[in-house]
Amino acid sequence: MTRPNSDQMAGTIDAVVIGAGHAGLAVSHCLTKRSIEHVVLERGEVGNSWRHERWDSLTLLTPNWQCRLPDFDYSGDDTDGFMTMPEVIDFIDDYAAFSEAPVHAQTNVTSLRHESGCFRITTDAGDWHARNVVVASGACNLPVIPSVCDELPDTLHIVTPHQYRNPGQLEESKVLVVGASATGLQLADEIHRSGRPVTIAVGEHVRMPRTYRGRDIQWWMHAAGVLDEGIEDVDDINRARNLPSPQLVGSREQQILDLNAMTAAGVKLVGRLMRIRDGVAQFSGALKNVCALADLKMGRLLDTIDEWAESSPDAKSFEPPERFERTRVEHSPRLSLHLLNEGYRTILFATGFRPDYSWLDLPVLDRKGRIRHDEGVVELPGLYVIGLPFLRRRKSSFIHGTEDDANYITAHLENALASR
Amino acid sequence: MSEETTTCKNGVNVAALLEAREALTQAPEAAQFKWRATCNWEDGTHARSSVEGFFGLGEEQRHRSEFSFDSDHPEIFASEDKGATPVEYVLVGLAGCLTAGIAAVAENREIKLNSVKATLEAGMDIQGILGIDSDVRNGFDGVTVSYEIDADASKEDIEALVAQSQKRSAVFDILTNPTNVTVEVKQPG
Repeated sequence: MTRPNSDQMAGTIDAVVIGAGHAGLAVSHCLTKRSIEHVVLERGEVGNSWRHERWDSLTLLTPNWQCRLPDFDYSGDDTDGFMTMPEVIDFIDDYAAFSEAPVHAQTNVTSLRHESGCFRITTDAGDWHARNVVVASGACNLPVIPSVCDELPDTLHIVTPHQYRNPGQLEESKVLVVGASATGLQLADEIHRSGRPVTIAVGEHVRMPRTYRGRDIQWWMHAAGVLDEGIEDVDDINRARNLPSPQLVGSREQQILDLNAMTAAGVKLVGRLMRIRDGVAQFSGALKNVCALADLKMGRLLDTIDEWAESSPDAKSFEPPERFERTRVEHSPRLSLHLLNEGYRTILFATGFRPDYSWLDLPVLDRKGRIRHDEGVVELPGLYVIGLPFLRRRKSSFIHGTEDDANYITAHLENALASR
Repeated sequence: MSEETTTCKNGVNVAALLEAREALTQAPEAAQFKWRATCNWEDGTHARSSVEGFFGLGEEQRHRSEFSFDSDHPEIFASEDKGATPVEYVLVGLAGCLTAGIAAVAENREIKLNSVKATLEAGMDIQGILGIDSDVRNGFDGVTVSYEIDADASKEDIEALVAQSQKRSAVFDILTNPTNVTVEVKQPG
């Protein structure tokens, strides 16, 4: 492990990559292939967020055959399996070793500024000067908690997915899970199974079957071109970038994790959490509509897949089309819960994440604190971002989507360097 | 604008709405609106409300004319029934909002509507407002909106119109989610 010496501090390196997760390492590999001198600065260890900010039972939503990084495929035997977090960490560690990435671990970037045509990166282990910076510091640094609770009784515990590891951490009592993304449903499922009765507050969500017509849904979305859809293919890119993760779990049992499965297991559904006042949680009365929207949207995805399947030369080899039962919602879902009186002690907010740009001292954020970029290329010349949901394509949100994105931005970076 | 008008199927100027959406994304302060109504007590349970001015796009705006609405209660409430009950106006607001939304979404999706009819019903246990049972809420115990839509579209596409209209409806949101309401008393001026 090297530290910036006085020469490097005085001189200027071609590129600094911030973050040694899968995205930063993919960029590093592509820069190395283009012979562009660079370093990767990592606040902790390689794959730090995967290592320290995930719950115990988490597996990837994508099957192993789909997991790849530039010039690096999954090499195990369990191609239809789903990696656990230790397996993801090994995969990323192996990639760092394979690509001989110039990672400076335990180097926390505290400031990124732009001075006289060059970037100055201040870290707790010295400063760097660079012509280009690629921000690969992750999309899920900070859990988002909606501003619904001004004051909460001390006896109610707020938990986020960053703190949560397993149900054993929680009091033996009822749990309100807020959010019906992959995270919300996976955690609601395991917490409920642990004997802590769960109510799940459901806002807009993305319903998706794990398997369809005998194959994994990811196989279909890949084959039908859905994962390759780009910014120009969607009506509203902000909306596409902010969608909750699809209700999927990566399990060998090909478990279908949807709200009907939740209901069958005894989990209670309520509408989106709107407000907690005087210990009473109030929920939206629009639960039926958000479920109808998700059912219709899933139907359109399956229509797209069926259309592709019918036009495919292999059309005859696929199992017949399937349609799934509509989401069952009871006639009058609860609109409020008196949390303490009804025995709730924990609220788990699975309401999304946002990146932490507190160190980014550049005028490149929009009014919602997101980096403004065009397919990863930021307005400020020399600045790039990668590893965000739908950065360029739908698959950008997944590990395997990083390859195209890393190729694209490093090609842009190389051209820009050459034309200076 | 005339070319755009001729491409409209349902008479909603979607191009203008999309233009406004784009403009307001760039200038979110202009998106801050204030809706207003005034109400005068007439006699008994009869009151007359009116709307005319509102604030939006950074300045005071006016309807083309003042609209006024009589509210009262039916004779079985020992009233004179000079207008719809206030809770019926809530249904009117919801129906108007969802139906306008359906037309706009249909226009945007290039679906020709032939007819749209909504029937609304809201349940209410009046033991609440009469103070007979404090466990009964004053307001509706539920609202059902039933649409009959004839359009050149599949059943799923029509269902999607109705779902999307709810998603973007102000009155649907007002009815389904809590809102802070402040009622104050001023000295007559």
